[in-house]
Amino acid sequence: MFSTFFYSLKKAEIPVSLKEYLTFLDAVKQGVADYSINDFYYLSRASLVKDERHIDRFDQVFGHCFKGLEVLDDLFGTDIPAEWLKTMAELHLTPEEMEKIESLGGWDELMETLKKRLEEQKKRHQGGNKWIGTGGKSPFGANGYNPEGVRIGQESGRSGRAVKVWDKREYKNLDDTVEIGIRNIKVALRKLRRFAREGAPDELDLSDTIRSTARNGGFLDLKMVPERHNAVNVLLFFDVGGSMDPYIKLTEELFSAARSEFKHLEYFYFHNCPYEAMWKDNKRRHVEKIPTWEVLHTYGSNYKCIFVGDASMSPYEISVAGGSVEHMNPEPGTVWIQRLKSHFDRCVWLNPTQEKYWRYTRSIEMIEELVDGKMFPLTVGGLDSAIQELKS
Amino acid sequence: MDDKTKFSGTDNYIATEDLMVAVNAAVTLERPLLIKGEPGTGKTVLAHEVAKALNKNIIEWHIKSTTKAQQGLYEYDAVSRLRDSQLGEERVHDIANYIQRGKLWDAFMADEQVVLLIDEIDKADIEFPNDLLLELDRMEFFVYETQERIKAKQRPIVIITSNNEKELPDAFLRRCFFHYIRFPDLETMAQIVEVHHPKLKKNLLSEALKSFFEVRDVPGLKKKPSTSELLDWIKLLVVEDIPPEALKLSDKKDIIPPLHGALLKNEQDVHLFERLAFLAKRETRN
Repeated sequence: MFSTFFYSLKKAEIPVSLKEYLTFLDAVKQGVADYSINDFYYLSRASLVKDERHIDRFDQVFGHCFKGLEVLDDLFGTDIPAEWLKTMAELHLTPEEMEKIESLGGWDELMETLKKRLEEQKKRHQGGNKWIGTGGKSPFGANGYNPEGVRIGQESGRSGRAVKVWDKREYKNLDDTVEIGIRNIKVALRKLRRFAREGAPDELDLSDTIRSTARNGGFLDLKMVPERHNAVNVLLFFDVGGSMDPYIKLTEELFSAARSEFKHLEYFYFHNCPYEAMWKDNKRRHVEKIPTWEVLHTYGSNYKCIFVGDASMSPYEISVAGGSVEHMNPEPGTVWIQRLKSHFDRCVWLNPTQEKYWRYTRSIEMIEELVDGKMFPLTVGGLDSAIQELKS
Repeated sequence: MDDKTKFSGTDNYIATEDLMVAVNAAVTLERPLLIKGEPGTGKTVLAHEVAKALNKNIIEWHIKSTTKAQQGLYEYDAVSRLRDSQLGEERVHDIANYIQRGKLWDAFMADEQVVLLIDEIDKADIEFPNDLLLELDRMEFFVYETQERIKAKQRPIVIITSNNEKELPDAFLRRCFFHYIRFPDLETMAQIVEVHHPKLKKNLLSEALKSFFEVRDVPGLKKKPSTSELLDWIKLLVVEDIPPEALKLSDKKDIIPPLHGALLKNEQDVHLFERLAFLAKRETRN
C-alpha cells in the first residue's frame, strides 16, 4: 500500500525492515491512526523510526512522499520540480494573490526567476530582498511580505494556515551527521569499553562455587571473584592555542565525555606538534613542563593514545629542528611523533577540521602520513572509525 | 478503537498528540513501546500514567548495570538449595521451591492485563536487550529446571525507557514502537505546570517560564534544566512567596534567577551565571 514510501525511506538510509513495515500496516488496519493525517504521520514515525537521529530525515521523506512539499535537498540535490512548486503555490495562494502574480509577469516568469535564483544561491538565507530564505521581501521564501511570494518551507503559527508537523523539522539537531555533542561522543567512546576482573574478590562466583562444592563432596565451598571494571586505559594529547581556538568547545566536549567514561584517563597539552615537553595545566605551561620522555616511560604501551589537533601549521614545525613557533626544539616534531607512535600500540589522530579541507593543508597531510593514515575527522562517524582502529 | 482502551493523558500528565498515537499503537498491537528523551522529561512517569489511565496494575523492573535478562524471567537459587541439602530439609526435593519468579513472570501470570515498565534498559549490558527478544516477542519462556513453559495469559503492555547510554540492537528495535520525548515547548510547558500547580498566579507562571527558557537558552550550560527541575523550582517559588516581579531578568540588574539552586545543578553553570551577571552590572554602570 505504501511501498513507495517504504522504499523512499530505505533510499534515504533510514534502517527500516519488512517487519516494521508490516507492523505499521497492521496498526493502520486496526485504526490506530483514525484517518487523520497528523495521527498517520505520528503512527508511521513511531513504527518505522527507531532512533531520534533519523527522525529529521524521516520527516523530509514523509513530506516528500505524501505532500511533495519538502525539498529533499540533502538527499536528492537542489533541483525542485517545477510542477510541485506550482501545486504548492496554488495551495497557498488565494485567487487574488494569483492575479497579483500576473503583475510580475506571470507564472512562467516567476518560476524562471526562481530557478535562476536557486542556482545562484547556495546557502540558507534570512532577510534581505533578493535571495530565497525566510523573513525577506523577495518573492521567494517563507514568512515574507511580498504577495507574489512563493513559500518554500514554512514555520508554524506565523502563516496561520494548516501547519504540517513534519515540515517543522524539529528533530534536525538530532541527526548525527550534523552535530556532535557530549552525548554522541559518549556513545561512541563507550564502544571502547573492555571489561575485566581486577582487584579484590568481592563477588560470588556461582559456577565456580558449585563446581568446587561438588568436588568437595557436597560441602559448601564459596568462591569469590573481583567485580568487573572497564580495563581500557586512555591517553589524550590535546593541541591548544592558536589555530585550535575555533574548536575549543568541541574538544572540551570530547574531553568531558572521555573523562566520565574512563577510569584511567590521562591528558596532556601540546602546541601544534608534540615536542620534547608537554604540560597539564595550560595556565602554567611555561613553568610546569613535563618531558615527553617521562610520559613515554610512565605509561605502558597498552594505553590507547589519542591526539586531538587540527595539524595546521607550517611544515617546518614538523620536519625541522628548531622549527617550533614557541621555543627552540632540538629535535624535529617528526621524531617525537614517531617515538610516541612506536611506543604505544594503538594511536589515532582526531582532527576537528572538516575532512574535505585536509588536502589543502600540507602539514595535515604530513601528520597523516606520520600516523600511518590513522587520522579521523572529529565527527561522530570519524570517532566511530577511530574507536574501531583503537580496538583492533 | 473504543475509548476505554485509548490513552489521552491524565489529570496530572500532559501527553502530546504524537505520544498518544505511539502509546495507542503499542497498546492496540500489543507490542513494546520504547521511550527515549532528555532526562527529566517524564519517561518513567509515562508508564505509571498509562497504567492509571487504562486502569491497570503496573509492574516495574528497574535495570542496573549488573541486571541480567534471566533475572526478569526467574532465578534458580542454587546456593540455598545446596545449604538446605546439607541441613537435610524436606523441601530440597522439589526444585520448584528454589525458583524465584522475576518481573516478567509476574507480568505474564497476572490475571488481568498489566503494564510492565522496564526502566532504563540502556544501563544493562549491551547484550541485555538481545536476551529478551523472544520473551518480548512471543511473551513466553521456558523454565529448564522444572521443564514448564510459561506463557502470558494476557500480553502485558510493555513500556521501555532508555537514556541513550548504549545503542540498542537493531533486532530489538524492530520489535518496538518508538517515541522520542522532545523537550516541551512553552505552551505545553505551561500546561504541564498548570496540572502540577493548579493555583499558580498567572503572571508568576509566565514570568517563571520565561526566565526558565531564558536560562535554558544561555549558551555553554553544562546541564540544561529540565521539566522536573522547573517543577521543583516553581514549588520553591511558591513556598518562598517570591513575587513575579523578582523574576524579571530583562532589567539586567540581577541575571541570576532567585533560588537558582533548583535549576542549576552544576557549579560551573552557577559560575557562568555569576560571570554573566557581573558583566551585565558593569554594562549598566557605564
